[in-house]
Amino acid sequence: MTDTPAEQRNFGLVGLSKARFAVLITVFLGPALAIYTLFAVYPLIATIAYAMYHVAPDGSSRFAGLDNFRTLLFDDTWSKPFWNAFRNNSWFFLIHMLVQNPIGLLLAALLSQSKLTGRAAYRTLIFMPTMLSVVIIGFIWQLILSPLWGVSKSFLAAIGMQSWFAPWLGLESSALITISLMSVWQFVGIPMILIYTALIAIPEDFIDAARVDGLNARQIFTHIKLPLIAPTIGLVSVLTFVNNFNAFDLIYAVKGAIAGPNFATDIMGTFFYRTFFGHQLQLGDRTMGSAVATMMFLIILAGLMIYLVLIQRRLQRYSY
Amino acid sequence: MKNTLVTTALAAALLAGLSATALAGSIKIESWRNDDADIWKNKIIPAFNAKHADIKVEFAPSPPTEYNAGLNARLDGGTAGDLITCRPFDASLELFKKGHLAGLNELDGMKNFSEVAKSAWTTDDGKTTFCLPMGAVIHGFMYNKDAFAKVGAEVPKTEDEFFAVLEKFKKDGTYTPLAMGTNDQWESATMGFQNIGPNYWMGEDGRAGLIKGTAKLTDAPYVNVWKSLAKWGPYLGDGYKAQKYPDSQNLFSLGKAAIYPAGSWDISTFRKDGAFKLGAFSPPTPAGAKDCYISDHTDIGIGMNSKSKNSADAKVFLEWMATDEFANIFANELPGFFPLSNAKVTVKDDVAQEFVSWRAKCKSTIRNSYQILSRGTPNFENELWNVSAQVINGTMTPEAAGKQTEEGLSKWYEPHKK
Repeated sequence: MTDTPAEQRNFGLVGLSKARFAVLITVFLGPALAIYTLFAVYPLIATIAYAMYHVAPDGSSRFAGLDNFRTLLFDDTWSKPFWNAFRNNSWFFLIHMLVQNPIGLLLAALLSQSKLTGRAAYRTLIFMPTMLSVVIIGFIWQLILSPLWGVSKSFLAAIGMQSWFAPWLGLESSALITISLMSVWQFVGIPMILIYTALIAIPEDFIDAARVDGLNARQIFTHIKLPLIAPTIGLVSVLTFVNNFNAFDLIYAVKGAIAGPNFATDIMGTFFYRTFFGHQLQLGDRTMGSAVATMMFLIILAGLMIYLVLIQRRLQRYSY
Repeated sequence: MKNTLVTTALAAALLAGLSATALAGSIKIESWRNDDADIWKNKIIPAFNAKHADIKVEFAPSPPTEYNAGLNARLDGGTAGDLITCRPFDASLELFKKGHLAGLNELDGMKNFSEVAKSAWTTDDGKTTFCLPMGAVIHGFMYNKDAFAKVGAEVPKTEDEFFAVLEKFKKDGTYTPLAMGTNDQWESATMGFQNIGPNYWMGEDGRAGLIKGTAKLTDAPYVNVWKSLAKWGPYLGDGYKAQKYPDSQNLFSLGKAAIYPAGSWDISTFRKDGAFKLGAFSPPTPAGAKDCYISDHTDIGIGMNSKSKNSADAKVFLEWMATDEFANIFANELPGFFPLSNAKVTVKDDVAQEFVSWRAKCKSTIRNSYQILSRGTPNFENELWNVSAQVINGTMTPEAAGKQTEEGLSKWYEPHKK
């Protein structure tokens, strides 16, 4: 390392005058900052501000403070669907955490086996659904599960399990789980690819050293590899959380905005959509919709804070 | 020099000509019916121009899902067309209240329309009508004539006969008796509840009763509708709880189902795909009923932009739309959408003709959730979707459905608070 010139190590920023440095920072960061502020920060703040207004039928609006939030959280007509959506969304997230991410981890572990043939093919095939439109995913799965023309019914009949078949997407008890699993099927490629890249970045020396020390494959995985990819698993969890609480499209494509039966598949996204844009005869309520969007933001923020404070800080990071 | 003069003169003439055509009236129609663009361009507008050659009409539709938002933006920005196709009830009422739509009381042609037809575009106090009623959709049942002949079933007139026919088809086993699913929920409310309901709540009487608060959804006429719907479940297709609207359409048009709870707009779908003889019957009446009622639902109207620069010509067009000539073109080019005027209309499509013939023997009403009652939270229409689907699924009793919807109304609607 000693033979590297100092200028090169500091990327040429050392020795610049303050004014020149300011110019460079403005030129390089300015555009991104401006675009981000305009398209992400401003709408967010505007939404929160808008949630504090009431709009009268003639189009005039007045400041209403936290009224919308009070109604949303404490008035039965609003709080019931709100908490129902929150509860369903939590289940939706839990199923992803319990099914999608472990399967993603397993697939990544299998893919990183050195003796595997056809690795690229598996990788591509498993990642493929992620790149498909949700509309297509919804359509394919509805067709597979359809009680009228679906292949799942005849498949179960062929193996003598016809009595196990049910119109899963139409039952209050199973609709949410079914849709969650459809979403898991679609997005399992994301944890797989992220964890896979983390796994193959682990230097061979570590594995060799562990093997010399007498660890078997399973022990190497749990004691060497898993701790090294823990930060990636944390990242995957956070991504899952944020995406799940922002989810909307699959449910909308499969069950419509009035996510039935009896709102069993209603999540924050569909609840927000109905409130903000309206539905059939329900006219959209922009300010109340903004209040719902603000609550979604706060829920995601709270989840991220919990993650950052309780988990992220305790993760050991290794550089190699 | 001479040349220049000629050119200038020509240019001037040309300019004058251009501005003249602009002045002699060109009107633009806003609509969400982009499916009908060809019919407007090739049939409706030429027919109008045959009478009024000096008025140039442009039909400018936008996709249905973008219509309301896009139209609002154009109206606010002052760039909207002269004539505005009107959604029924509150969406258009909102436009009128904001001053975007002009009142049309003084329009001569308005006398060609009944009060029920106008109700979708009239203020709550009944004083101002702001859109000319254009078309309605009628509910009823379509059936596969071949299947009826094969099983030896008669077209049912009463509720008892209806269930007897369904039972016959179920025993026979060749056909799914009734093609409907509860997955999308709206069919349960629209093709179920609103289809058979008017016979139980006496059409307009029951609908007005709900609005005035003299009738409640826990009353027998409403609960009985759900009681009848609760009996549908066993006759629907296998796994109907996950059956979607297109599934039901396919089931019926493939000839695998006997009866299809319909909206008249389905006619064109089955005309295109079905390879069997199609028939229709009006909603069966409950035991002891003397009169019959049908849901003849106001679906589409047309109004005038209050800031139109060419309101004189726009009015000429509206007056023409109130004539028998327009009613006949509309009914025949768009089978399943029926003109709302009192004009004598001959419909060439026999199934569409069957639907429209019920207007003569039964009394018309509209869906009871559309006027006033769906303004609050919880939304009455959404509630009807939810409870009707649940009643058919067997996860809710008819009494509970009445109780939940009535409680919903009583939360925000004064006449139901008592």
